[in-house]
Amino acid sequence: MGWYIGRRLLQMVPVFFGATLLIYALVFALPGDPIRALFGDKPVSPTALTLLREQYHLDQPFFVQYLYFLKGVFTLDFGTSFSGQPVISQIARAFPVTIKLAVVALAIEAVFGIVFGFLAGLRRGGVFDSTVLFLSLVVIGIPVFVLGFVGQYFIGIKWGIARATVGGDPAWADLILPGAVLGALSFAYVLRLTRNSVAEGLSADHVRTATAKGLSRPRVMTVHVLRNSLIPVVTFLGTDLGALMGGAVVTEGIFNVPGVGNLLYQSVIRQEGPTVVSVVTILVLVYLVANLVVDLLYAVLDPRIRYV
Amino acid sequence: MKGVLGIAALATLAACGGNDEDQGGSGGGGGTGGTGGDVVVNGGEPQNKLIPTNTNEVNGGRLLDSLWAGLVYYKADGTPENDIAESISSTDAQTYTIKIKSGTKFSDGTPVAAKNFVDAWNYGALGTNTQLSSYFFQPIEGFDAVQSDPPTAQTLSGLAVVDDTTFTVKLVQPQSDFPLRLGYSAFYPLPDNAYDDIEAYGENPVGNGPYKLKAEGAWQHNVRIDFVPNENYDGPRKAQNDSLAFVFYETYDAAYAALQSGDLDVLDNIPPSALATFQDELGDRAVNQPSAVFQSFTIPQKLAHFEGEEGKLRRQAISYAIDRAAICKSVFSDTRTPAKDFTSPVIAGYSETVPGNEVLTADAAKAKQLWQQADAISPYTDTFTIGYNADGGHQEWVDAVTALLRQTLGIKAEGAPYPTFAALRTDVTDRTIKGAFRSGWQADYPGLFNFIGPLYATGADSNDGDYSNPEVDAKLSQAESTTDQDAANKILQEVQTILFADLPAIPLWYSNASGGYAESASNVEFGWNSVPLYYQVTKS
Repeated sequence: MGWYIGRRLLQMVPVFFGATLLIYALVFALPGDPIRALFGDKPVSPTALTLLREQYHLDQPFFVQYLYFLKGVFTLDFGTSFSGQPVISQIARAFPVTIKLAVVALAIEAVFGIVFGFLAGLRRGGVFDSTVLFLSLVVIGIPVFVLGFVGQYFIGIKWGIARATVGGDPAWADLILPGAVLGALSFAYVLRLTRNSVAEGLSADHVRTATAKGLSRPRVMTVHVLRNSLIPVVTFLGTDLGALMGGAVVTEGIFNVPGVGNLLYQSVIRQEGPTVVSVVTILVLVYLVANLVVDLLYAVLDPRIRYV
Repeated sequence: MKGVLGIAALATLAACGGNDEDQGGSGGGGGTGGTGGDVVVNGGEPQNKLIPTNTNEVNGGRLLDSLWAGLVYYKADGTPENDIAESISSTDAQTYTIKIKSGTKFSDGTPVAAKNFVDAWNYGALGTNTQLSSYFFQPIEGFDAVQSDPPTAQTLSGLAVVDDTTFTVKLVQPQSDFPLRLGYSAFYPLPDNAYDDIEAYGENPVGNGPYKLKAEGAWQHNVRIDFVPNENYDGPRKAQNDSLAFVFYETYDAAYAALQSGDLDVLDNIPPSALATFQDELGDRAVNQPSAVFQSFTIPQKLAHFEGEEGKLRRQAISYAIDRAAICKSVFSDTRTPAKDFTSPVIAGYSETVPGNEVLTADAAKAKQLWQQADAISPYTDTFTIGYNADGGHQEWVDAVTALLRQTLGIKAEGAPYPTFAALRTDVTDRTIKGAFRSGWQADYPGLFNFIGPLYATGADSNDGDYSNPEVDAKLSQAESTTDQDAANKILQEVQTILFADLPAIPLWYSNASGGYAESASNVEFGWNSVPLYYQVTKS
């Protein structure tokens, strides 16, 4: 087990370097001069241009800029944004908010997805199953920004049930609406995965054995069917955590949640390489760790799986 | 101009009438005993620390204008009034003597002296301080020395402190509208201790304006910033509310939703998605009035077929081919006002009847005829392109304009999108752009000269089309040395007559200030620069 974790952690190293280099190259390839853009269409003094370019190493070739970034990472100095704020403090402010939002989204999609999927799986082919399947297809088909605006308009503005925009330091309750929107797409996947998995599990040998042993139906359904059916679902939910954090760009924009998506959007617009790369790097790490945790959870759900 | 004021006044009256019936009781939260209430308005994360000479965008600018008081301020219609200046005088439009009111203080209690202005301007002008607004000090004597690399002087030779409340400014050449510029944020004073650690100061600025930060650290980055009235300020812009909170929105869509749901009291811009509906949705709480933003597209002087007599004909043909009113209606839902000149209707001295402005009316037959005349000189087989930044909502009008050019003139015409504003600006300033490109001008101060001098004088900083006409240059410097503002404006209208003949840029429309406010807010008025006058907003 210890070996396994160690090996997995080592694998993260090349992924880290590859990902940051790639992202840095992409930001670098954006057309236009970010320093000149700071001045808008107003006149720029050449002195100021030169000095500012030097300050952000923008006068250096791509690879040198990347090395400066790496040096910063290893000395825990992620640099400063054009506005003079340390990138690290921007990240420290934004990540907790997005994690909170992602947790809400994950909880909503997990609870509702598994419950409805389980019920649909038990009654495969029935009216409930067909309805749920159809509705989940509709949800998959609607782009997240449409869902966001419609939800915001009706729930937030028209009926006033939830806050239409969230703002800083959001309470958990404020995040239910944006969380539901963010989790909506994955909710449909979780539902369908659970439903198929449960439906398959119903006809498995060990379930028949359990029923034949005279165990009660609720016990068979929860311990023998559901627990085994959860393996693919947990895999999906784990990797989805990373996707949720990155995918928050649109949702955070609509509901004005000052999280990672917001920060990333602003930094891309301003071509602030270090900020973009730092944020995405952390997202990559979150993704990798989430994957590791998923793999380790398998052992909990299915005792036959052992890591050596 | 009258129309603008009329709309604003009507909106204000209507809001007051509505509010008398409401018995809102939320105003007491501020605890200052006022009845103005806690006003929440929209904002955005400033691009830079809050240092007056380093802020050149609207998100930071509206914060500065609340935190600082300059020598003059602009009333809603753009006319300047003294804020903390006692007098600004000059006999030759070149040397100005500025007296400030005695007894004015920064919010930390230290007095505002003449040297606080002089030092702040010197700081802003010095090249090595890389301030984004340093070009504002260009008219002052000694600017070249502090801007050269490395600087040959640390301070502007044209600035001199006379006594505690008096200083003099000597300009390189006469500039009659210099006093008019002094309300812009770059000219605000800084307290002495600001320079100890300017970054830290910019994070928790101490100004001399109607508001101050609610507390150290009141600026929550990307989230909001909270202001309370500055009791040391006793000028004409005294805060009439108990507190002012700027909540930052990433998109105007989110801000508009917040306004509709009651989280926001005043919104200063309407997102494109709501342009068609906001006047219905907000009723008399909708604001839609021309602003000091002039939109055009520039045809570079060196562009093939656009030089000399042939070029003149082609430029006029293009101008006649564009139906500005139709585009303002169909593309912008009437949140743009068709251009009548090269400036803006909210600026003193604006005229709808500048001779030559008939080229701004749509006349397809005339356009075709002029184009054919030009073709007789040299036939046009190129594709006419208009470069624009795709991140700024320009595609729709560029498509509409090029479609009109195709139909009316029978030529190939299309938009040339750039992914970002930065990319467009890089090509424009490097002169590597091929074809025409969108251009616009938002006034820094409410003066007619500001719309013309920086854009069309030979070699001027923002003369991106490299237009040059000695007659224009002569008239511009004549206008600059005329101390009588009305006489100067007359000369500037003569300049525009020449511009209408040469058309270095094709005028399109003025952007409107569009916005709205909540039922609980009253006294909402938008200034000449499209920013609401936050200090006078009250809330029931």
